Amino acid sequence: MKTFNYHSAKDVKEASKLASSNSAFLAGGMTTIPSMKLGLASYKDIIDIKRIKKLSGIKISGKTVTIGATTKHSEVASSKDVKKAIPSLAALAEGIGDPQVRNRGTIGGSIANNDPAADYPSACIALNATIHTNNRSIDAEKFFRGMFETCLKSTEVIEAIEFSIPQKSSYQKLPNPASRYAIIGVYVAKHKTGINVGITGAKSCVYNDKDLAGALTKNFSSSAIDSVKISSSGMNSDIHASSDYRANMVKAFAKKAVDAC
Amino acid sequence: MKKIAIEVNGKKVSKEIQDHTTLSGLLRDILNLTGTHIGCDTSQCGACVVHVDGKSIKSCTALAADLDGSKVTTIEGLASNGKLHPMQEAFKKMHGLQCGFCTPGMVMSAVDLLKNKKNPSDQEIRDWLEGNICRCTGYHNIVAAVKEAASKM
Ligand SMILES: Cc1cc2nc3c(=O)[nH]c(=O)nc-3n(C[C@H](O)[C@H](O)[C@H](O)COP(=O)(O)OP(=O)(O)OC[C@H]3O[C@@H](n4cnc5c(N)ncnc54)[C@H](O)[C@@H]3O)c2cc1C
Ligand code: FES
Ligand code: FES
Repeated sequence: MKTFNYHSAKDVKEASKLASSNSAFLAGGMTTIPSMKLGLASYKDIIDIKRIKKLSGIKISGKTVTIGATTKHSEVASSKDVKKAIPSLAALAEGIGDPQVRNRGTIGGSIANNDPAADYPSACIALNATIHTNNRSIDAEKFFRGMFETCLKSTEVIEAIEFSIPQKSSYQKLPNPASRYAIIGVYVAKHKTGINVGITGAKSCVYNDKDLAGALTKNFSSSAIDSVKISSSGMNSDIHASSDYRANMVKAFAKKAVDAC
Repeated sequence: MKKIAIEVNGKKVSKEIQDHTTLSGLLRDILNLTGTHIGCDTSQCGACVVHVDGKSIKSCTALAADLDGSKVTTIEGLASNGKLHPMQEAFKKMHGLQCGFCTPGMVMSAVDLLKNKKNPSDQEIRDWLEGNICRCTGYHNIVAAVKEAASKM
């Protein structure tokens, strides 16, 4: 690993000030450190944000669950409050990687990285999340831009993610047997205001499947999905699964998710 | 360079390290605690698992600079007064190892499991050891060893 200057920021202002186009924030480090070791990335400055107290923790209000950016997957998975308010979100966190990845990896790092196969982005879409940064509040639908791409500026720090509590919801994924990243993952959520179907793993970036959501709006049952055509065009094709297989699995796992709601 | 003060297996350690030194590098190359193994070096295999402030983590993917003030336990810190930890005994008794490369990480991970779940089922053990890869045993005897340790602890 090439060397860099390590900084531990005492607050968000300092973290943002130290940041540049040649730096990365260090949350769980579960992506940043292996990427640097593999020579996929190198930075002049690594800015640790884990000691900033206000970035960590879980708050529940009547309508929303707000999770601080550096809250670890294991904390979300075991939170009694999250389990009660949005059980599918706690279950999603419990299904990420392995226990040691969950003991370090953070929600902020996961969504900032926007891996096409990551789990949390689908939750942000399905649960109408608002991403709060040190500058602004961004709707999830606008936040995720493309493969490993978000609308974040290099000096922008995610502070918290605010999820709407749905009437019912479920996340179902077909995990890669080695890493547990989603080959495909489908997050169905029914809110008073409408239905979202967040899909990860299938394309280069998470998306809300409007066809599935439309069919479920008319009839919230897994049989309503039978008649929806899922096109494989634009879907990922790799050694784990072809695009046709992924399209099929989107349908199968959407049905599974509706049944589990 | 950064100065850090941590506790390793109950002993206070103060060292000057490079900014990019990982915890596994500090343990193996600076403190000569080579029981912590490095397999993949990129957080996939679990050979490097140690405990930091009571929780199991992959030491190849943690910066030492970021752990200033922490308490670290490695495989060398499990035995007490020359007596193996019950988990180590159980791995020996149940043939939970062959070449032994994955074993330090397996043992450290399994000890963390039993802290939170006293009597895990086979499935819970397999789920928990998801991040620990073994090329030799086929896992069966590892699960048996963890069960044996659970019955003794
Ligand atoms: C073996 C393994 C298996 C995994 N399996 C899964 C899986 O099944 N599902 C899944 O979804 N994920 C999986 N992951 C990913 C993991 O869960 C982490 O979420 C992910 O690596 C990033 O989180 P982090 O906290 O480690 O971020 P870091 O590596 O610390 O940072 C990643 C990026 O995010 C930026 N960043 C971090 N925090 C902020 C912030 N607050 N504001 C702005 N930018 C920020 C950094 O600048 C950096 O570019 C796996 C990882 C590993 C190593
Ligand atoms: S060496 Fe750390 S996980 Fe493989
Ligand atoms: S005993 Fe050889 S890798 Fe596990």
